[in-house]
Amino acid sequence: MRGSFLLFRLDGLSMFLIVALTAFGWLNIYSTTIEVDGAAALLDLTTSHGKQLFFALVALAAMIVLSFIDEHLIKRYSSISYLFGLTLLLGLFVFGSTIAGATSWYDLGPINFQPSELMKLLTALAMAKFLSDTGVSLQRSTDQFYAVLIITIPVLLVLMQPDPGSALVYLSLFLVLFREGLPLYYFFAVLLTGLTFSLTLMFGRNALLIGTALGFLTYFLIRPKKKKRPPLLFDVLFPLTQLGIVALTPWVFSSIFKQHHRDRFSLWLGLESDPEKMLTIKQTIGYNTYQAEQAIASGRWWGKGFLQGTRTKGDFVPAQHTDYIFSSVGEEWGFVVSALVILAFVGLLLRFVQLADRQKQAFHRIYGYGVISILFIHFTINIGMVLGLLPTIGIPLPFFSYGGSGLFFFLLMCFIFLKMDANRHKTHFN
Amino acid sequence: MSRLLMSFSIILVGMIFIGRLVSLQLFYTPSTLVESDPAITKEYIYPERGFIYDRNNELLVSNQAAYDVMVVPREVRELDTLAFLELLNLDREVFERRMKRAVNYSTRLPSVLVPSLSKERYAVLQERLRRFEGFFIRKKSLRSYHTKSAANVLGYISEVNPSDMRANPYYIAGENIGRTGIERQYEETLRGKKGVRYIQKDRYNREIGSYQEGALDSVPIMGSDLQITIDKTLQEYGERLMTGKRGGIVAIEPSSGEILTMISGPTYDPALLVGRQRSKNYTEMYYDSLARPTWDRSILAEPSPGSPFKTLNALVALQEGIITPNTTFTCYDGFYVYGDKRSCHCGGGVRDLISGIHHSCNAYFAETFRAYYRNFESTAEAHDLWTTHMKSFGLGDFLGVDLPTGRPGRIPDTDYYDRAYGPNRWVSTYIISNAIGQGEVAATPLQLANMTAAIANRGHFFTPHLLKAVEGRDVDDVKPSLTQRRNTTIDPKFFEPIIEGMEEVYLQGTARYLQVKDIRIAGKTGTVENFTRIDGKKTQLTDHSVFVAFAPVEDPKIAIAIYIENGYFGARYAGHIASLMIEKYLKGSISRTDLEQRMLTKTLEHEYAKPLSGKPFKINENAW
Repeated sequence: MRGSFLLFRLDGLSMFLIVALTAFGWLNIYSTTIEVDGAAALLDLTTSHGKQLFFALVALAAMIVLSFIDEHLIKRYSSISYLFGLTLLLGLFVFGSTIAGATSWYDLGPINFQPSELMKLLTALAMAKFLSDTGVSLQRSTDQFYAVLIITIPVLLVLMQPDPGSALVYLSLFLVLFREGLPLYYFFAVLLTGLTFSLTLMFGRNALLIGTALGFLTYFLIRPKKKKRPPLLFDVLFPLTQLGIVALTPWVFSSIFKQHHRDRFSLWLGLESDPEKMLTIKQTIGYNTYQAEQAIASGRWWGKGFLQGTRTKGDFVPAQHTDYIFSSVGEEWGFVVSALVILAFVGLLLRFVQLADRQKQAFHRIYGYGVISILFIHFTINIGMVLGLLPTIGIPLPFFSYGGSGLFFFLLMCFIFLKMDANRHKTHFN
Repeated sequence: MSRLLMSFSIILVGMIFIGRLVSLQLFYTPSTLVESDPAITKEYIYPERGFIYDRNNELLVSNQAAYDVMVVPREVRELDTLAFLELLNLDREVFERRMKRAVNYSTRLPSVLVPSLSKERYAVLQERLRRFEGFFIRKKSLRSYHTKSAANVLGYISEVNPSDMRANPYYIAGENIGRTGIERQYEETLRGKKGVRYIQKDRYNREIGSYQEGALDSVPIMGSDLQITIDKTLQEYGERLMTGKRGGIVAIEPSSGEILTMISGPTYDPALLVGRQRSKNYTEMYYDSLARPTWDRSILAEPSPGSPFKTLNALVALQEGIITPNTTFTCYDGFYVYGDKRSCHCGGGVRDLISGIHHSCNAYFAETFRAYYRNFESTAEAHDLWTTHMKSFGLGDFLGVDLPTGRPGRIPDTDYYDRAYGPNRWVSTYIISNAIGQGEVAATPLQLANMTAAIANRGHFFTPHLLKAVEGRDVDDVKPSLTQRRNTTIDPKFFEPIIEGMEEVYLQGTARYLQVKDIRIAGKTGTVENFTRIDGKKTQLTDHSVFVAFAPVEDPKIAIAIYIENGYFGARYAGHIASLMIEKYLKGSISRTDLEQRMLTKTLEHEYAKPLSGKPFKINENAW
């Protein structure tokens, strides 16, 4: 009978896109890390591409194990798993090993394990569990508070490592809250806060104080008279917060930010007026982005061909097999394939949205949105950074970037969701 | 709305990314794309720098090859340090220090590891160095001099520094640029233009050919050979005569403005500023603040012109009808300014213009000067006209000579004295020292030579210049602005009595012992008082010896000005040298060997030592 075997019930389009992206990503890791002297064995664990392939196989094994575990069990244990994840994050402060200034790894002999990758999955699950509980409503502020807490705890813990990239990933779970009924004006409030901060840096405090005040006045005068309105608290507090942000921005920028943060903002917003200093920033802080842009631009329509990239090879684009892997796609494969990769990501995400929306169980749907949010933020920030649209924030491109923990949990996260979808017609009995 | 937020965001981000890809990959070619591509190597092809010849096509400057061992730190792999050091005959310590410096400079760009190998060492190393990755030999072209003279005219080249590269993006590190003299003035002509070849490499760093079939390549443009107006023989001879003396000599061909010699003493061998020793030698000379060999006295020294200036004052007075050649003044072994006697050494008595010149009578010219100013309503009006006349001889002006340095000298104008004394608060007696070429006027040896050429030409001169031809094309074609004729404001007919007086200087005046057989020379001695400060006290030093002359009188071929610091009276050092150089230039040999012997053996070092001795000293001693 068709559909009796799990593999055939998994969503075909999603499976195809995930496998294709992972395989293509692996090819690019191979291309960027392959030694000049020639090809090494595929599963040679001393090479990056060998390790990556190994982790893909491990992920496959884990999926097979998982396919025997009922979703119901996953739901049941999601809260306790979340606490376990938090413990792992806390444990880093005692047992963690420091790589590149961040205490984010457990040293397990041959491999390093990064618990924040696992925690992404666990937080999504815990969030789904909490929000799908009967009686929880995001219209209620206590529940809003709990939901926010689930996200904020791991955010704070990874910020202390410090790993701001991962923190941003957890924050993306707020997107789930909006889908599940958190009023949208929070969303715009956050968006506006970021905008206010950036604009203050660009145009100065006084200009923005006046501008913001005028902006809010105009808004109150011309806004439509509607019955459904944000609470009064919001009306008063929000403008005041914005003005506060404007007032505090220069202080935060000069006292809280470290020099390298300042440089990144200077680069992104073009804050430095001295052209010589700006050039120095471009050549040092902006070096990666600059090299990546040049590499991508040099790919033109059809690219230089597999293994023929000259810029992404060797030392020119640092981190080119991890965070900057997309620059290799741009250089060696050109515009057509790069655009196809972006379309594949967009297609996969939209398909996931479709799948999530057709889930009958709230837990499945919310978890699905969690997965989408996490993939989406990774995709947006990573490619935005490589294309020079966003400041440098080091997070990997899902399925593409070299990194065992990352690939393993991305695959697992997606598999869990696809399995939920495959079993959506099953009825569960407690 | 909430449900659509996610899908909407995903599509928006996807669209932005694809838009960015379109703009990056399809529409935008960053100007730096080729430059920054590690797989495209830019190889420069340097044209040979042009040679420099003298006016008789004698080679002055050519090129010689030198070889540097270069290193690209990034490309150094598995270096067998021991074998390498042995091959290059290098100390480990030196090697490590230089490698460190190279890494600090750039890991990707070549740095010099061992500079300036000889040709023989190069032959040995060339093959064997191949075994060591990251090292290569760069051929470099150095200047080669075929004369030990004219360092001040030729100038020198050296590697560009960061500020040169900022000022002119043509230059990149390691290239040479002309620093002074002809090398700097005609840098672009001599240099030519480097060519460039873009070479495509594959990812194994192997060259696979020309990038885009050479679409971006450019061929080098050869540097042009220059012929300059300097006479090598005369220049070398003059520098020999200047041994042990400080001062400047400039000789000009009056009929063209071509500079025949331009000598500054003390000078140095131009070969000192070539190659590895350049920096050390230059520093040594630059900090010799007493002799100042790098300071070109022929165009930078601005002493008072002294008595030769009297000829110009006479010309102004003739032009304005103040005197005629027959006008006489009486010299009382001096003249009086407000009852204050200023002395004169001419012997005294009644002087006319011609005897005033050849006896260099101070009184005669002081009276003429006074008479000139009395002829006008106001001193300022008189002085304005005087200034115009003087400036028409190229004084108080850079003259437009084709050298990167120079000084304007000084013809003090009305403004100058208004500032010093206040408007209408000065009269001719205040400035009467100018009558005899002392006081506020100042002129470089070049200006004095040019002024002499104007007298020789009876009222005009050609802009003095050094360029004679570029690649066989005459300067009139290449740069006509250099050879412009300029007329003085004095009528040609007034020059004859002056020239007669100057010829009398040789026949019976101050230079009568310096005559040269068969050559009619017109000259004028100058003895210039000068002062220095010792321990803050103004102290007079032995007079500067100044001489201007041109010859032959009937058809002037050479006009010369000589200025010898502390050489005492004009006929002494400067006069001797003038006669010798004129004879050398016109006849090619020296008959006055007595003068020559004296000039080659006498030095003025004892004069230059006096103010530094810390003891009281005598000036203007008569003994040689």
